[in-house]
Amino acid sequence: MTNFTMPLFSVAVPEIFVLCMACIVLLVDVFVKERFRWVTYALVQLTLVIGFLLTLQQYHDYPQPIVTFSGHYVLDKLAVLTKLFIFVVSFFAFIYANLYIKERRMSRGDYYILGLFAVLGMQVMASAYSFLTIFLGLELSTLPLYAMVAMQKDSRVAIEASMKYFVMGALASGLLLYGISIVYGATGSFEIFGMAGLLQNASSTQQAALLLALVFILAGIIFKFGAVPFHMWVPDVYTGAPTTVTLFIASAPKIAAFAITMRILVEAFPALTSHWQHALIAVSILSMFGGNLLAIAQTNIKRMLAYSSIAHIGYTFLGILAGPVDPQGYSAAMFYIVTYVIVAAGAFAIISILSTHNIELDQLDDYRGLNARSPWLAFMMLLLMFSMAGVPPTVGFFAKLGLLEALVAAHYVWLAALALLFAIVGAYYYLRVVMLMYFEEPKSNLVGTHISVTPSLMAAISINGVAALILGLLPSGLIDLCRISVS
Amino acid sequence: MNVLPIIFYFFAAVAIIAAFMVVTFKNPVHGVLSLVLAFFAMSGIWILLDAEFLALILVLVYVGAVMTLFLFVVMMLNIDWAGKREGFVRYLPFAAVIVLMMVAIIITVIGPKQFGLTHVPTPAVMPADYSNTVDLGSVLYTNYAYPFEVAGTILLAAIIAAIILSHHAPKNRKVQIISKQIDIKRDQFVRLVDLPSEKKNPAANGGQP
Repeated sequence: MTNFTMPLFSVAVPEIFVLCMACIVLLVDVFVKERFRWVTYALVQLTLVIGFLLTLQQYHDYPQPIVTFSGHYVLDKLAVLTKLFIFVVSFFAFIYANLYIKERRMSRGDYYILGLFAVLGMQVMASAYSFLTIFLGLELSTLPLYAMVAMQKDSRVAIEASMKYFVMGALASGLLLYGISIVYGATGSFEIFGMAGLLQNASSTQQAALLLALVFILAGIIFKFGAVPFHMWVPDVYTGAPTTVTLFIASAPKIAAFAITMRILVEAFPALTSHWQHALIAVSILSMFGGNLLAIAQTNIKRMLAYSSIAHIGYTFLGILAGPVDPQGYSAAMFYIVTYVIVAAGAFAIISILSTHNIELDQLDDYRGLNARSPWLAFMMLLLMFSMAGVPPTVGFFAKLGLLEALVAAHYVWLAALALLFAIVGAYYYLRVVMLMYFEEPKSNLVGTHISVTPSLMAAISINGVAALILGLLPSGLIDLCRISVS
Repeated sequence: MNVLPIIFYFFAAVAIIAAFMVVTFKNPVHGVLSLVLAFFAMSGIWILLDAEFLALILVLVYVGAVMTLFLFVVMMLNIDWAGKREGFVRYLPFAAVIVLMMVAIIITVIGPKQFGLTHVPTPAVMPADYSNTVDLGSVLYTNYAYPFEVAGTILLAAIIAAIILSHHAPKNRKVQIISKQIDIKRDQFVRLVDLPSEKKNPAANGGQP
């Protein structure tokens, strides 16, 4: 009671709004008739739009970082921009999900409600400024995801994926929590504000304990990101989950995880920079190597994209580890993860669009001759695959270029060369999809089958695919935003 | 003679042994009961730390409510656990090496050198009318209000998730979805295949009268 100041509630308006709306939508969904089920969907999307606008307003209202709620909450450019990206990506993820889950009768409105809670958790992560809120945000964002994976109750694969995700996720949370408890034991504080100063004056015995804590915390973070050596859950969960859930898992949470990584490694642990840099070098090399190589062997496109996501996370870590030497690394990493998320969401969306009539078209063979069946969708997929491979003029090229620049500036030339090598390996399996779509005949049972796409879905996927091109032609705006957010 | 260390070591030993038994017992009911014992031992240690309120909550909530429910579920499921322990011997050497390494690192780092009484002194003795419930409440609803609310939201989300996963909508309902019936296109179900027509062999026919 001694030093309590009233928190600035106005700073947390987006979170409060989303929480209130989640509770309201929950009640509406219970009482609304089956015919008006779209109301739930519309309300959730409206919530995301208004949340976006409220956060955008904060971008102008609060130019300086604000720490409130007794040091548990921060509002700075990183938090605001992360939240903006999360809102946009989630908005698109729900558009893509709408038809897919309706066809499979997976749920009533609960899919969107759980999704909204996950979005709230990601907001908490973006604004977390103590280890306690980081942990709680992480739990709030992943708990609904476990349930969303298992929502397709007649699918044994989905339930198995959910089980794996849950058990692995719980283990990761345990590791993270153990690390946090050691930090608290050694410093007596878990606020990130002031943690850097405390660690600077740490004695050598304290340093040892903090190193152990760093190992556990890093393990927890890498687990949540899904990078080698804690990547085992990624392929199974991505393949087993309903495609739109895979899309959601692969997109917005990665941005939120990036935000907490920046808070923990850069803002709280600058004293241990050289240690976590070395760990991240190992993790990123292993992820790029394992992800790209194993992706080649896959015949299931969802599994292939899962391994590719492991590789992309490896690239993102490259930017973070170059950051302490050359601050451009942080913005390059942010740019990389944001553009990857946009592209990955688009690719999974195309899989879900093609999987009509309750049939999952997730084998690579199903994409043979897609150009003949739907030229526009094939072109969108081409843009997205080019972007993942890093082919100019798509956005993936600039993302990789920025990373390599930062690495060279940070005197990690050998690492940049290695990253380039793995990028070439990766290009093979992305371009293979393009080759299948354009230069092969469709499978005989798919010839002439009708691909029906609703207008809203078509608009969303077109925006998504074209964004990969436009951001590649005019990347400066997004690059500037990323630079502002991590400065 | 100070009895506190003896009590501490007693509870600590019980907690560790019980925790070990949770994973080694063959019968899951015994495992749950050892978990109860571990919680009891931990609450004893918390009382030594002057955290009476939390210790009692641990016993009341976890032992009294959560573990009782857990025990019910384990008894009702009646799973054959013996078959699920295959591969225990096969993985044991690998697991043992990793566990030993982890334990060695943790013991060297988190020892008396780091967290001994000189670094973390025993809490000061409080007056008789001191209530740590009041203290806890006053920080929980002021300085920790935000994490407290987020934790509440997590519980809400967990309840919703549990209900969604266990609630079964009526399956295999014989319902006509008229919009779907109207939407059907011929192409989805009918495929016209060009079959080569069998040519009549005039020579074979001609052979017959």
